Amino acid sequence: MLADKDRIFTNIYGLHDVSLKGAMARGQWDGTKQILEFGHDEIIERVKASGLRGRGGAGFPTGLKWSFMPKEDPRPSYLVVNADESEPGSCKDREILRHDPHTLVEGCLIASFAMRAHACYVYFRGEYIREREAFQRAVDEAYEAGLIGKNNKNGWDFDLYVAHGAGAYICGEETALLESLEGKKGQPRMKPPFPAGSGLYGAPTTVNNVESIAVTPTILRRGAEWFAGLGIPNNTGTKLFQISGHVERPCVVEEEMGIPMRELLERHAGGVRGGWDNLLAVIPGGSSVPCLGTDMCQDITMDFDSLQKAKSGLGTAAVIVMDKSTDIIKAIGRLSYFYKHESCGQCTPCREGTGWMWRVMQRLERGEAEKHEIDMLFDVTKQVEGHTICALGDAAAWPIQGLIRNFRHVIEERIDAAQAARIAAE
Amino acid sequence: MSRKLLIDDVEIEVEDGLTLLQACELAGREVPRFCYHERLSIAGNCRMCLVQVDGMPKPVASCAMGVNDLRPTRDGTPNRVDTRTPLVKKAREGVMEFLLINHPLDCPICDQGGECDLQDQAMAYGGGGSRYDENKRAVDEKHLGPLIKTHMTRCIQCTRCVRFMTEIAGVEELGAAGRGEDMEITTYLEEGMLSELSANVVDLCPVGALTHRPWAHNARPWELRKTESIDAMDAVGSAIRVDTRGREVMRILPRTNEDVNEEWISDKTRHVADGLRTQRLDQPYVRINGKLQPASWDQALDAVADRLTATPANNIGAITGDLAGCEEVFALKDLMNRLDVVNLDCRADGEAINADHGRAGYLFNSSIAGLDEADAILLIGANPRTEAAVMNARILLSWRNSDLRIGVVGPAEDLGYDYDHIGASAADLARLADGSHPFAEVLKSAKRPMVIVGSAATARDDGASVYATAARIADAAMAGKDATWNAFNILHTAAGRVGAMDLGFLPSTNADQSASELDTVFLLGCDAPSISNLQAKFVVYLGTHGDIGAHKADVILPGATYTEKSVTYVNMEGRAQLTAKAAFAPGDAREDWKVIRALSDRVDKTLPYDDLEALRAAMYVAAPHLAQIGHLTPADAKATASLAKSDNGQLSDAPFEPAIDDFYLSNPIARASAVMAELSALRQTATKRTEAAE
Repeated sequence: MLADKDRIFTNIYGLHDVSLKGAMARGQWDGTKQILEFGHDEIIERVKASGLRGRGGAGFPTGLKWSFMPKEDPRPSYLVVNADESEPGSCKDREILRHDPHTLVEGCLIASFAMRAHACYVYFRGEYIREREAFQRAVDEAYEAGLIGKNNKNGWDFDLYVAHGAGAYICGEETALLESLEGKKGQPRMKPPFPAGSGLYGAPTTVNNVESIAVTPTILRRGAEWFAGLGIPNNTGTKLFQISGHVERPCVVEEEMGIPMRELLERHAGGVRGGWDNLLAVIPGGSSVPCLGTDMCQDITMDFDSLQKAKSGLGTAAVIVMDKSTDIIKAIGRLSYFYKHESCGQCTPCREGTGWMWRVMQRLERGEAEKHEIDMLFDVTKQVEGHTICALGDAAAWPIQGLIRNFRHVIEERIDAAQAARIAAE
Repeated sequence: MSRKLLIDDVEIEVEDGLTLLQACELAGREVPRFCYHERLSIAGNCRMCLVQVDGMPKPVASCAMGVNDLRPTRDGTPNRVDTRTPLVKKAREGVMEFLLINHPLDCPICDQGGECDLQDQAMAYGGGGSRYDENKRAVDEKHLGPLIKTHMTRCIQCTRCVRFMTEIAGVEELGAAGRGEDMEITTYLEEGMLSELSANVVDLCPVGALTHRPWAHNARPWELRKTESIDAMDAVGSAIRVDTRGREVMRILPRTNEDVNEEWISDKTRHVADGLRTQRLDQPYVRINGKLQPASWDQALDAVADRLTATPANNIGAITGDLAGCEEVFALKDLMNRLDVVNLDCRADGEAINADHGRAGYLFNSSIAGLDEADAILLIGANPRTEAAVMNARILLSWRNSDLRIGVVGPAEDLGYDYDHIGASAADLARLADGSHPFAEVLKSAKRPMVIVGSAATARDDGASVYATAARIADAAMAGKDATWNAFNILHTAAGRVGAMDLGFLPSTNADQSASELDTVFLLGCDAPSISNLQAKFVVYLGTHGDIGAHKADVILPGATYTEKSVTYVNMEGRAQLTAKAAFAPGDAREDWKVIRALSDRVDKTLPYDDLEALRAAMYVAAPHLAQIGHLTPADAKATASLAKSDNGQLSDAPFEPAIDDFYLSNPIARASAVMAELSALRQTATKRTEAAE
């Protein structure tokens, strides 16, 4: 279990003073100037050494991503922070933005410095209005205290802008976010070119998740070794887990990477409603990753690698717990509706495939289908997966694949029952 | 720099900057596509062009992946690209299945049938059947104006039309609203698109979502006879294909000519087809007792011959019109010469443009393709959007892709691109000529400057001064630069003008009569507005439509339109091009040169050619460059310097008037077209609304 002294987010529940004064009392903004004195590349090296992997879902090593930014380029560089937290189940970034915003403001300064960027944009999810206000207050405080802005105390001219989206899930995809930030329709761009080569306004850009940026000041203050010493190899450090669904006490909690799922649920969320044996399935990383059946949940640890091995993923570590009262087909069908609704419509497989998958899921929910259609549906998900511009197609396909892999018998039973009912009615 | 690639085991070396799709095509592999179009930006959204690239986990959209984006292999061997693996086949079948699940099965009643990309590619790359059991999506039709019929349920959201309107036509009126499967292509307000190029989106549409409204359900592509020809609606000389069924022109489509129209044509070029059928002069007429009466060819020709022989030569005049081809102009000039008639003119509007200083004095010397390289353009009394719509698209594209600066002297119209408005009147030219206006510096520092003078800008009292001043500005801009580049350009609006000037259909130096004092006038398809003021006692009209010229006429000789005869048109650059006979002229109407030849018999001045070949042979002796079909021979640039010195008169401060009041009604064929009339009315309402809103 993570010791209190190793927590990065010391006010995640908002119990303490949120203001700059309170944040400083908890050690934030301490020695920021000294950190910047490490130099651009040294900071990137240290972040690399800490083993920090991106907290937005894909788990790409953050330091490595930063190192892709050009060192000498006539164009300005930009840091864009993705605060468009829209994945169903995810609710960690809002806690940082509401209660510990200075971790992010300081992180933005340091990360921007490391990438030689003088400007940073934080792109908010459309629905995050209070969160934006809270964060804006923190930004204003930092400006007023001379911590950021032109000629600030830390010696790196830096401006931080808050941008607000209009509530489209797709704008959380990094290139769609850039389009939206430029004032265009939020549709993903094709890669290459990657944002580090040509991003916001065609300039080198790095897009990072809120949590990835917010943890960097503490990593640099306490040392890469400290962070690397937490968690398990290749999955280092601490992580904000968000536990929702059928548990006694849903919560957001900072824990070490690699904690066993069962321990996470029982220690922090009061366990599964009605006891562990009442567990039906867990979606371990937000709506887009495939769910896991009970047998797999028993021993699985919460980290990128082991969940990937289990054909699921850590994603944003949004753990959605479902007990035996759940209609799992309906639950996944609801996610299919979400992806159908949020598909941007730009490329064919996702535009047409998400609607098709949702319609079949609706029928499966009622049992009005033939059994061979289960295989057909699986085939359709495979036809969407990997053939689209962005990962939304994959995200729509995976939950259904997880459902079919783990709960095929439930679908078949429903079809049998519906057929039996029809025959009885005749 | 180039790179080696291994495409389906074929090793090929390709240039830097190409996409994988282009590389595959170079290697002789067909890659199916819907959204990709070589003249539009890359969208990469249809996902049909997926290929497999060694070392990439997922199939790659080949249209969007540059060969330079491929990571070099570890051992330095060429990157492997496969277009025929089971993975690629499965991916394409998958995409095709998705495209078809919401596409209606209405091919039998779809106008795109027979030339539909989706149909063809579904045959080639699709699976056998569909597994989709749900209801299909239906989408409301959109009103995109009188030219474009929509069946939006058929749309596959490739966004080619959106990209064309934005990037090529320069009108941001089309867009995709909505998300996911609810995404729809629309103009939002559905008031029709205000663009002279809008109908090109129908050619671009790979399915039957956008079809031609005027030709809806008229013909199937396989029952049409296709004739390659040249357009005569403006002086650009766009390459067209005329599709006919029987005697009737069913539709006109663009052909590709990189140097002229690329692959676009204007809406007028395309949809004027119904004007070829209506208001036609299909038999001769003779005015008897003040009223035009139907007559036989004999009666009509005799009436003309009698008059011509009875009238002293210097009381006779001849004027050619906008649509006259070189052959008939040459024949008419030949005949008039034999009759000692010297009052000839092809500039019915009274332009000051002349041939005194050589061809370069009246050509678009920098060439249309030269617009791609131009870095500064000055437009003088010219509105390329209405006078040469396809060319305007080229300026727009050049402006988008480079640092091209554009200055305008004339009305401040919406041209689709930003420009410096220097002034509205000719007097503003003086400031450019003496270098006191900052734009003079722009022209001076440009490597490839262009000065474009609208032909109509010289049709004013100070026309000769405008003409000479423009040459002075061009001459100054060219000083000390590449000698092969001629910056002086005349923007003509009439397809027949340059050819007629090449043939010297101009008043000879001893001509002393102005048109209003002439006794007898021969109009060769001339329907210029000034004709209505003609005071001549006897007017002969050889033309095709009952329009201005015919109303004035005492004898009407029915001729053939540009789709009904093979003639030479010289476009504004000086490029001679041949039209082809796609249909026959209606009724008793005959090809114009034959009428003139028949007339020559009756005045005992028989022209020495009995067929088109003989006529052309004689014409090529008179103007050898007309034989260079399709080619461009640069004219001697010295003309600009001598022209610059030709006139130093006063420039008036009267503003330049638009050369074309109504784009859609600029010639007799267009004025006879119901489609053009509808477009014109639509444009007028829209203009009034905009004015009211302002």
